[in-house]
Amino acid sequence: MAKLKIQSLHKRDSELANSNRQLEILSNGIFKTGELPKFKDKIAEIGQFPLKPRKLEVLQINVGYMCNQVCEHCHVDAGPDRKEIMTRETMQQCLEVIKNTGAHTLDLTGGAPEMNPNFKWFVEEASKAGIKDFIVRSNLTIIRANKKYYDLPDFFKKHNVHVISSMPHWTRGKTDKQRGEGVFDQSIKALQDLNAIGYGVPNSDLKLDLVYNPSGAFLPSDQASMEKDFKRALLEDFNIQFHNLFAITNLPISRFLDYLIASENYEDYMYALVEAYNPMAVANVMCTNTISVSWDGWLYDCDFNQMLDLKVASKVKHISEYNEEVLNDRNIVISQHCYGCTAGAGSSCQGSVV
Amino acid sequence: MSKSYYDPADLRKFGNITEWSEELGTKFFDYYNSVFQEGALTAREKSLIALAVSHTEKCPYCIDAYSKDGLQRGLTKEEMMEAVHVGAAIKSGAALVHGVQMMNKVNKLDG
Repeated sequence: MAKLKIQSLHKRDSELANSNRQLEILSNGIFKTGELPKFKDKIAEIGQFPLKPRKLEVLQINVGYMCNQVCEHCHVDAGPDRKEIMTRETMQQCLEVIKNTGAHTLDLTGGAPEMNPNFKWFVEEASKAGIKDFIVRSNLTIIRANKKYYDLPDFFKKHNVHVISSMPHWTRGKTDKQRGEGVFDQSIKALQDLNAIGYGVPNSDLKLDLVYNPSGAFLPSDQASMEKDFKRALLEDFNIQFHNLFAITNLPISRFLDYLIASENYEDYMYALVEAYNPMAVANVMCTNTISVSWDGWLYDCDFNQMLDLKVASKVKHISEYNEEVLNDRNIVISQHCYGCTAGAGSSCQGSVV
Repeated sequence: MSKSYYDPADLRKFGNITEWSEELGTKFFDYYNSVFQEGALTAREKSLIALAVSHTEKCPYCIDAYSKDGLQRGLTKEEMMEAVHVGAAIKSGAALVHGVQMMNKVNKLDG
């Protein structure tokens, strides 16, 4: 297991472990004084308030916050100490929804989703539903963390799972700074294992995509040129191939918000997000085509709202009472963190949106 | 009015220079943006050149801007510091090469 540098906000009893405190920070200061416009006012200028969903395309299920890594900027505040794990009963409720959803993509995330003791059973059952794109967000190191996970690449292949993994940089130093010492070497080994069975190879149906998010208080650069740099470096240095790179902006919540405040970068970062606001990105932000389900079955507009405990503004709030038609009629819940998804070319769990 | 000649927050106001001369300001920013587009050189290479020149020009705004730009483009600390050394080497070389002028003068006067 990677050597842990930091602990989760929950473990540290940080005030930012409380989502209300995070929302307070995001609504006060420069947004209260009017120095920067609130997100609501900004999207009202282009007639997009209240923000409404389009057709549901992605059902994203967070099966637990437990993780073998403690990444510096984790928006989930995940780590080995987090005990929030989806039960088999909630998974059963999710399976009922998966069988009947109009969404074409099922996206399992965490934490490290593989650490949920019912993960394999859930994947086996969910794959029977015939969803077009079945994603597992794997942190890569979990594949090398323990013998019991060594067969994950073959398991993914058997169920035609689309693997999406975080990789903050093509160099050891930058990756380990953000994700913990030793993470880079283990991630490289895991990527080589995945390549060896056909994942990420050109023209292969076994999809392997990487996610890049900046290692500090700055925004990601152009996704296409980053992808070119990643592909060149990983191929030259490690003979690794992958399909797409998704560039994701760090949203100012949870551990990244903690980092921004502690490093005195919070105001500059919010300025950067607001200055990079792109009205063209608003119509395609991921909350307009996604429903996010938490480990305990509550429904959210996105994974970020889940971490801020901003449940959907709908009569239907829990997976046990799921109704796509009713949900699609909701207003999306927003706050200042949403600027993270409308900066530059926009940002989503599938990368840029424009 | 700030008591310092340089205020980091002024960098954000750079675009405001068009307010007092829209035509020239707009021309400058159009030119500036065109220069930094990918061309025969990549945007990363241009960012490194800009970083080196920021140091030789001793422009704190430019150093802030292109340190951040370098990070955004995935440049490593090593690459960025090497670029700064290139700028510093040219600066020191530019001073030192004038030593030849000194030698010429001394040789002429006292050779």
